[in-house]
Amino acid sequence: MIVADKKPIEEIIEEVKDYNSILIAGCNECVTVCEAGGKKEVGILASALRMYFMNLGKDVKIDEVTLERQCDHEYLEEIRNNIDQYDAVLSIACGVGVQFMAEKYFDKPILPGVNTCFLGVTEERGVWTERCQACGQCILASTGGICPVSRCAKRLFNGPCGGSTKGKCEINSEVDCAWQLIVDRLKELDKLEDYEKLTPIKDWSTDRAGGPRKVVREDVKL
Amino acid sequence: MSNAKPKTPSKLERILAAGHLAVTSECGPPRGSDGSVIEKKAEMIKDHVDAINITDNQTSVTRMCSLASCIRLKLMGLEPVLQMVVRDRNRIALQSDILGAASFDIHNVLCLSGDHQVFGDSATGQNVFDIDSMQLIQTVRHMRDEGKFLGGDEINSPPKLFVGAAANPFADPFEIRVPRLAKKIAAGAEFIQTQCIYNLDKFELWMKQAGDRGLLDKVYIMAGLTPLKTAGMAKYMKNRVPGMDVPDDVIKRMSGVPKEKQAEEGIKICVESIQRLKEVQGMSGFHIMAIEWEEKVPEIVEQSGLYPRPEV
Repeated sequence: MIVADKKPIEEIIEEVKDYNSILIAGCNECVTVCEAGGKKEVGILASALRMYFMNLGKDVKIDEVTLERQCDHEYLEEIRNNIDQYDAVLSIACGVGVQFMAEKYFDKPILPGVNTCFLGVTEERGVWTERCQACGQCILASTGGICPVSRCAKRLFNGPCGGSTKGKCEINSEVDCAWQLIVDRLKELDKLEDYEKLTPIKDWSTDRAGGPRKVVREDVKL
Repeated sequence: MSNAKPKTPSKLERILAAGHLAVTSECGPPRGSDGSVIEKKAEMIKDHVDAINITDNQTSVTRMCSLASCIRLKLMGLEPVLQMVVRDRNRIALQSDILGAASFDIHNVLCLSGDHQVFGDSATGQNVFDIDSMQLIQTVRHMRDEGKFLGGDEINSPPKLFVGAAANPFADPFEIRVPRLAKKIAAGAEFIQTQCIYNLDKFELWMKQAGDRGLLDKVYIMAGLTPLKTAGMAKYMKNRVPGMDVPDDVIKRMSGVPKEKQAEEGIKICVESIQRLKEVQGMSGFHIMAIEWEEKVPEIVEQSGLYPRPEV
């Protein structure tokens, strides 16, 4: 999933303080799972902002909505008929949702309420960690199912570097060394000899380096 | 691996190929634009080493660039080893700097990953890591031996660089330390300068395993040594520097002498280490990294019986 984290309330207030009517829009997908931008968080944020404006003696209309997704036309269309009632929308979907809503409602300020962090997993309740950087060319087949692009701080294809200590990364003793994990898994799979295969220089053109990316599937186009 | 035919004009390669125990040291460039700093450091050690490594923004602290510092050594008639990390430059910049180095007759390069930027003065900066250190070795060899850029185009007048890599026999996981060396050799590394060695037993085990695999016939191994200045430094290296193995008996020995004698003890340990490692099968030389303590390199070299340096 796309993992996001709440923005500090002070930063959100700075974004919305000059508006008189605000729609807070959550998303029922990834950000709900990572407890940053779902229906529950929409309610909490709305309460916080209402309290803030009330303390200032300012009458600001704050409404709540949580869409099924903010990355699809059909769900974003659900607010078309009432978006004119608001000066701005505070979207607490990921950056994808914020932008897609802004594209659709061109004359309306659409403001972000979360920081979009990474593609990751729920390790345990309240702990999410990164697994993928969407480089567009998956090499997990040769690295024991562990991604050096997202999990090695130097994204080494032929790691580990000399900073790997007791299974941990040189940047932080709480971060696992990706290459220790890869070696451990290759061993478990009885494929440690794969370690010695040199991974060739990567084609980063499918990554961010190649500019904004696009997937076109003629077979599924309508 | 003596009596190999040198492939480049590198003096370091010639010394190693002639079967001499080579001696290199390193100088860290200054945090400013005064080039005489590097010249003064080089002046202190130049008669006692065969080549001088110039570090590349080590520990991610911004300094004068390695290439400019190497050029300064070259202008002094010395033999530089250009350290290059892949942290800060993409494949365009790396290849471009390799050509620039070759244009000044810099004939040695050491291919490194580089410490993560979190350790330095630019922790909020971006890192590059377009290619890794293994792939940088391949890149230099490709440019030299195929005469081509990574993109496939011909290089007019390809660079002639003797290609080195680092090896850390002490980092984890230990079981891939020798396979990792094999991988660097397969990538094209011709000489290796190791991480600082304090755990001689473990280093000798690594050398034996490398020898058993026939790797020592394919690469020159130069043992890395850093003299300890104080017991505090020994403890710091053990506890705080990733991938460093400082055994307790070394710390005990440093702590066992009065503070004012610790530097002397550190030099003694360094010299004893070199003397012991000289006897190790397949040892090709020593890389003495006296961090901000360059003035001690001559006495270490002399006391280790590595002076005078051979003429080749």
